[in-house]
Amino acid sequence: MSDLSKTVKDTPPAEDPTAAAIPVVDPRLLVREEGLKGYLTEFKRKVRGGELGSLPVVVGLIIIWSVFQSQDSLFLSAGNMLNISYFMSATGMIAIGLVFVLLLGEIDLSVASVSGLSAAVFAILATTHGVNPWLAVFLTLLTGIAIGALHGYFFAKIGVPAFVVTLAGNLGWNGLMLWLLGDTGSLSIQDKGPLHLLGQRSFFMNQDIAGAYLLAGLGTVALLAGSLIEQRRRRQAGVPYRPTGEIAVRVGALAVVSFVAAYVLNQAAGVPNALVIFLVALVLTDFVLRRTSYGRKIFAVGGSIEAARRAGINVALIRISVFAISGGFAAAGGLFLAAQTYTATLAAGSGNLLMLAIAAAVIGGTSLFGGRGNTWSALLGMLVIQSIQTGLDLLNMNTSLQYMITGAVLLAAVVIDSVSRKTQKASGRA
Amino acid sequence: MSATPVLALRGVSKRFGAVQALTDVELEVHTGQVVALVGDNGAGKSTLVKTIAGVHPIDEGVIEWEGTPVSIDRPHDAQGLGIATVYQDLALCDNLDVVGNLYLGRELRRGLALDEVTMEQRARELLDTLSIRIPSVRIPIASLSGGQRQVVAIARALIGEPKVVILDEPTAALGVEQTAQVLDLVERLRERGLAVILISHNMADVRAVADTVSVLRLGKNNGAFPVKDTSPEEIIAAITGATENAVTRRQARNTEAAK
Repeated sequence: MSDLSKTVKDTPPAEDPTAAAIPVVDPRLLVREEGLKGYLTEFKRKVRGGELGSLPVVVGLIIIWSVFQSQDSLFLSAGNMLNISYFMSATGMIAIGLVFVLLLGEIDLSVASVSGLSAAVFAILATTHGVNPWLAVFLTLLTGIAIGALHGYFFAKIGVPAFVVTLAGNLGWNGLMLWLLGDTGSLSIQDKGPLHLLGQRSFFMNQDIAGAYLLAGLGTVALLAGSLIEQRRRRQAGVPYRPTGEIAVRVGALAVVSFVAAYVLNQAAGVPNALVIFLVALVLTDFVLRRTSYGRKIFAVGGSIEAARRAGINVALIRISVFAISGGFAAAGGLFLAAQTYTATLAAGSGNLLMLAIAAAVIGGTSLFGGRGNTWSALLGMLVIQSIQTGLDLLNMNTSLQYMITGAVLLAAVVIDSVSRKTQKASGRA
Repeated sequence: MSATPVLALRGVSKRFGAVQALTDVELEVHTGQVVALVGDNGAGKSTLVKTIAGVHPIDEGVIEWEGTPVSIDRPHDAQGLGIATVYQDLALCDNLDVVGNLYLGRELRRGLALDEVTMEQRARELLDTLSIRIPSVRIPIASLSGGQRQVVAIARALIGEPKVVILDEPTAALGVEQTAQVLDLVERLRERGLAVILISHNMADVRAVADTVSVLRLGKNNGAFPVKDTSPEEIIAAITGATENAVTRRQARNTEAAK
């Protein structure tokens, strides 16, 4: 659930004298009790109402981590955690773009092919033609955005169902990539610039131990400052605000998680730059979705197209732009993937990459039915997906088994989504 | 009551292919007045409302806004003049909260970000002045009852500070209590100096809040009555066209004899 709805339930006793005549809070509204007990009852009520939030992810992670740890004691080691955090960034970038599309209640099946194509485009530009690598990155991202916008155009203006357009794109862009790499096969990328930055041996502040703590500290301070400023503005405006105790709990939770993560990553080698960029992308996209009128329009179109249209929102433009965003993030993910091996391969974007990206967004809590979700689900979902991948690799499982397990996990996530939607409908929250 | 009507339709006609949906329809709405638009199904109420709202541009006739002729070709034109329409299906986003729905399409901003605080503050003020009671402005529309959704939809129409509000069957799907709430709200709109066009099938509602009743029958005006001096039977007779009385019987006899 969004933070704002939570805030309202924390309505403090009203200070103005008119409150006696008209109580600020409707008696029918369930107001959370103070203290820990209040949190617990609220939590139970939400779960029963189908507002699972990130609960399935946390439970899933605990189960997955304990199962793999019992099979292989190396699983929870710092080195393996570093692996998970590095490798999840690439697919995570693709999943961020998918979250946007899923919020509209649509799907983009072309992201894996677009990511593969973008690696090829970059390699040909930078390696074969010697274009400045930063310019090449820019052109590659632009390619992804243009491809996404093209999908969006066919969907929004011509009216072809999105899954058909993007399914055609999935095949077509993969074909284009094979054609581009046709003569040479795989292209290796010699690059000291942007792709080197995304590589496996590239760490924030050159592995300085302070780097990880600096990031953790920055995140915590930013949340604390943001919450306090918001609280003051709301208090001055006389609207319900989050009590200081709750802010303390939230900031404390973030501080614990981020500093533990920083400590573990420092035990291994530091924070991979790829992860830093992934996190920055998450913060930015979260801001766009929750705090800008563009994001509000995306939610509106995902909630009710007719209502959005009547409110004067240009539905076609929103749709095209969202598919463009998805294409752009797919291209970015392709660069991340290419940087893992410094090659643009013929196999890029094949296999289960598409399924993993969709699974990540859905497992993280973004609904397939549109209008509900946030970009943090890309992070949470990827933690689950990458843990499974890395764990199965550690156990030397066959690809066949990996595919089956990933498929089952995706199905489970969609089942949870569908069931929770049903429960939410029953309790009037969807 | 002001001398010049805020909105007036003069001889408005509208055709859809071979169907003459509206023929020479006249309608006047003054500020601070509730005009009920009644008529049977297919009488042209919705078409008339859609011509005013800019969904269907008129074929013939003149629409006057505060005495000057205007052309309303798009919904945007109507909104620009100050005409707000609340359609029967409400068109609210279930996944957004009350504030989000009220300000949808005209969000307030502070720099790049949404100004949630001011929007919430103003939403509460607006709902308070209209005495609208909903549990909280921060719960999704999905958790509201039908009546609450209706009042939210009406409140949303007021955010743009319109002069004319058109309500299409606002009480059609509501219970007794909710209907009363919506009717109260209509009266409060009138007190605020707004002109209200109320479409309704419910004669009790019409008599409760309307100042004048304008009857449409088969796309034509079939009388406009001040509610105070008119019996429900007269209005119903105008709606159904069942003007079975001495005058019509005599006319019928005379024409029979002339043949």
